[in-house]
Amino acid sequence: MITSSMPRPKSRRSPFFRRSRLTVRCGFIPLVDCALPVIARKQGFARAEGLDLVLERDVSWANIRDKVNLGHLDCAHMLAAMPIAATLGIAQVRVPVIAPLALGFNGNAITVSRNLFARMAAMGPVRDGDPAAMAAALARVIADMRAAGDEPLTFGMVFPFSCHNYELRYWLAAGGIDPDRDIRLVVIPPPLIVDSLRAGHIQGFCVGEPWNSLAVEAGLGRIVATKSQIWRLSPEKVLGLRAEWADAHADILAALIRALDRAAVWASDASNHESLARILAEDRYVGAPATMIARILAGDLSLDADGTHVALPDYILFRRAGNSLPSRAQALWLYSQMVRWGQIEPSPQAEALVAQVFRPDLAAPAPPAALPAAAQGASREPVPLLFDGRVFDPKDIAGYLAGFDIGHGGSTPSSQGA
Amino acid sequence: MDPKDKDLNIVVVDASPLRAAILEEGLRDAGFTRVSLISDMQALARQLYAADPDVILIDLENPSRDVLEQMFQVSRAVRRPIAMFVDRSDSSMIQASVDAGVSAYIVDGLSRKRIRPILEMTISRFNAFATLQRELDEAKSALAERKVIDRAKGILMKRRQVGEDEAYAMLRQAAMNQNRKLIDVARSIVTAADLLG
Repeated sequence: MITSSMPRPKSRRSPFFRRSRLTVRCGFIPLVDCALPVIARKQGFARAEGLDLVLERDVSWANIRDKVNLGHLDCAHMLAAMPIAATLGIAQVRVPVIAPLALGFNGNAITVSRNLFARMAAMGPVRDGDPAAMAAALARVIADMRAAGDEPLTFGMVFPFSCHNYELRYWLAAGGIDPDRDIRLVVIPPPLIVDSLRAGHIQGFCVGEPWNSLAVEAGLGRIVATKSQIWRLSPEKVLGLRAEWADAHADILAALIRALDRAAVWASDASNHESLARILAEDRYVGAPATMIARILAGDLSLDADGTHVALPDYILFRRAGNSLPSRAQALWLYSQMVRWGQIEPSPQAEALVAQVFRPDLAAPAPPAALPAAAQGASREPVPLLFDGRVFDPKDIAGYLAGFDIGHGGSTPSSQGA
Repeated sequence: MDPKDKDLNIVVVDASPLRAAILEEGLRDAGFTRVSLISDMQALARQLYAADPDVILIDLENPSRDVLEQMFQVSRAVRRPIAMFVDRSDSSMIQASVDAGVSAYIVDGLSRKRIRPILEMTISRFNAFATLQRELDEAKSALAERKVIDRAKGILMKRRQVGEDEAYAMLRQAAMNQNRKLIDVARSIVTAADLLG
């Protein structure tokens, strides 16, 4: 009982006030694109929706996956491919996971060691902003190394089911490099990736920020391609949650989506970037220099430590075309890459499941009643377009994959499947 | 235990050498003879391929856990694919292991029944370590608080020319009047004395 003689609650987080709010636990990995849940909490957008959004920083994507599966977390900042792998049960327990919202678009880059870049540049033209030319340059170095009998190069990425893995493979293959034969790909957690480059365990990597910029700043790395160039305006991280939780908590989910959407509007406003960078710089979030994060947000990118600079306004985005919705076609493109690289055998059943993973319908404003929602959604969905100009047809994945020389394409029975 | 289980090749991946040692001891006491530790996370994958384990135990605070996910993939680098110890029939075990802060991976095809005693031992040792750690932290912070309170008492005794008991009573009274903890009042006094000289 509260009486006048008792001290007033010190903060709004006291049990007395907290009881009226609904707690939602959200896991995240310390990367620049964890911004939206952080901002939804820090700027009060979640509180305004009646939510106590509890942020739980984690150290591995595998932990995030398991904690969402077990219900330790209600939702999480996930790699865009993770809900698809979970729903299909690839190398894990099959748990349907959905993603109604993207938490970041673009935002990755491929960085190589300075030595490797010097070799690339010595053997032919390298042009920034031209991923095809960069991949061709790397292919020349690899051919040269093979002729000399050298050990293959090793590149790092962060998780088997990630845009990093698929974009790196796509880029390599576009240059004629078979990622399973001509090079070694290894998983390395982001906090160890710069040290691995320094120690020479790897000669390149594909990872999110701030790790590319940290490698550049340390004088170790050279950024050669960005996700914004490889797969334009593509979702990188999504809000992932168990389909079962989403069904049972439709109101909470709607409130959470509204809060994150307001966070996305706020974070997309350049006048807020300085504040955003300062918040993300805190050790409990990303723990990198605020000045570096501010440059990343602005797309004011240093490609090397010698002053090579580019302006990429879409280097990392929190909204595109006025919203943060991922599309079904994008989910199917990610699935096509799982097939291409032998992570899963293709099947109509799998394809049907994947088409239900990204749920823009849960976050999109209601369409006019005159139009069926599905038809309208389909017409607005961006079709994945990659740097080599090939058009992805979500209705003919087998045909799309048949057009590539490199990759299993589902024809090699090497996948362990589900 | 089935005699052949003694030969299971178990690798413990843990950045905490103390906890790894506690777990290793537990497994050896339980009769497992082939237990090895990896604490260097650089080139973890290479070390694991070289060790060729049947069972991998890894703590959940370890970012290198994602490296193990790669070993599910069939590739030339992995001779014997690894699976995570997850099974719908064993959800209480998974829950207990996540609560304890550890995860297990086993070679594909190894029966889950055979790994169960290993996982049970791991969970109990992880929980024991967490209890030890908590007690140690509490003892450390109690000691640190004791030191601050002693300094604050010393300051009061010198400035106010009082005895030790009286200095302590003053601290306690101030804490009660201000509805603060004794240690917080003591800290303020120490800070103020440091600033004012």
